[in-house]
Amino acid sequence: MKSALKTEAAAAMIPDGATLMIGGFMAVGTPHRLIDAIVAAGPRDLTIIANDSAMPGKGIGKLVSAGLVARMVVSHIGLNPETQAEMNTGRIAVDLVPQGTLVERIRAGGVGLGGILTPTGLGTLVAEGKRIIEVAGKPYLLEEPLRADFALIAARRSDYVGNLEYFLTAQNFNPLMAMAADTVIAEPEAIVPVGVIPPDAVRTPGAIVTHILERPA
Amino acid sequence: MEPKDYIAARVAQEILPGTLVNLGIGLPSLVAGYIPADAGVFFQAENGVIGMGARPPEGMEDPDLTDAGGGFITAVPGAAAMDSAMSFGLIRGGHVDVTVLGGLQVDGQGRLANWMVPGKMVPGMGGAMDLVGGAKRVIVAMTHTARGAPKIVGTCTLPLTSERPVDLIVTEMGVFAPGPGGLGIVELAPGITLEALRAVTGAPLAA
Repeated sequence: MKSALKTEAAAAMIPDGATLMIGGFMAVGTPHRLIDAIVAAGPRDLTIIANDSAMPGKGIGKLVSAGLVARMVVSHIGLNPETQAEMNTGRIAVDLVPQGTLVERIRAGGVGLGGILTPTGLGTLVAEGKRIIEVAGKPYLLEEPLRADFALIAARRSDYVGNLEYFLTAQNFNPLMAMAADTVIAEPEAIVPVGVIPPDAVRTPGAIVTHILERPA
Repeated sequence: MEPKDYIAARVAQEILPGTLVNLGIGLPSLVAGYIPADAGVFFQAENGVIGMGARPPEGMEDPDLTDAGGGFITAVPGAAAMDSAMSFGLIRGGHVDVTVLGGLQVDGQGRLANWMVPGKMVPGMGGAMDLVGGAKRVIVAMTHTARGAPKIVGTCTLPLTSERPVDLIVTEMGVFAPGPGGLGIVELAPGITLEALRAVTGAPLAA
């Protein structure tokens, strides 16, 4: 059994310069209460690893608007003109990573692999400076694992021990990120008694969840 | 008929019954509207669903069910949801039969550029690099020109999406099969002459 973490206390744990993995795809499956609390607390120079930078005023876009971000590792910033402008002026360093490569680098970081070999990106700008390794006569890019200080995870439900369940397209990067950070903070929409989420429906075992955010007000 | 609707309707003829299809955002997403509901085609949204359906009625949207552009969708009977690793495993692993993507430039051999214009517009590649590299068949659906300039070019000046050539290009002027010998013409749209095509096509046509 874990105790519920206050939203402000969660945000206060995040120091300047921290690396955060944040779940979500265009702000769907994103931990919105945690992001609001981080904006209020205002840690600086954050590195954000996420699928995208959402839109201005939504999800991860709020962290960009608040000027808290120094670096992003993302696959897409096309719906957030603020991120593009900050990248062009050099205020935010943006590493663009193909989406399938990004999720596998996160998975590798979470499951103890030294990287992945992927054909994606061969012959493009993505391949610059990377090792090419041949396996059975076919070339692959070596892509290195990603880890973070914190993973901020959105789930539909958590039980009292932190077993997490996700719904539909709100899963996206969440279960992978929950494996790849030193501290895992889960923000469920609802917290239910142990047993309500059947073992077969648990996608992230509570054993790897460090903190469960308090229920929504 | 607007060019984009003509293009979408023509691409739909390339989609075989019973296939798994990924449509890019923008023009390619219009293709779904021309596929009969009984064709048994399943559409994947790479953010994690196979079997996406039309937008739900106003006020009945599920915030946890969206397409890759972030728009609300429904799920058809037989739909499956998954995380991003599995979704891209399906793409990279060759399980997706067809992907339809937009293009900024394609060369006569079929190499596609569709993810950035250096110094101007850098949306990022999102899932495009995985899709072009991994889908069994890649179709580019785009208007033939941009502000009068050819989008089918001799050599792409924009950064490539993949070194794997696309299989088919559909524009409002026709259907084209790029290849080592240049741009092959599968068909010309009604009223389009070879001269008119040549005037707005940067790549050499196949003999």
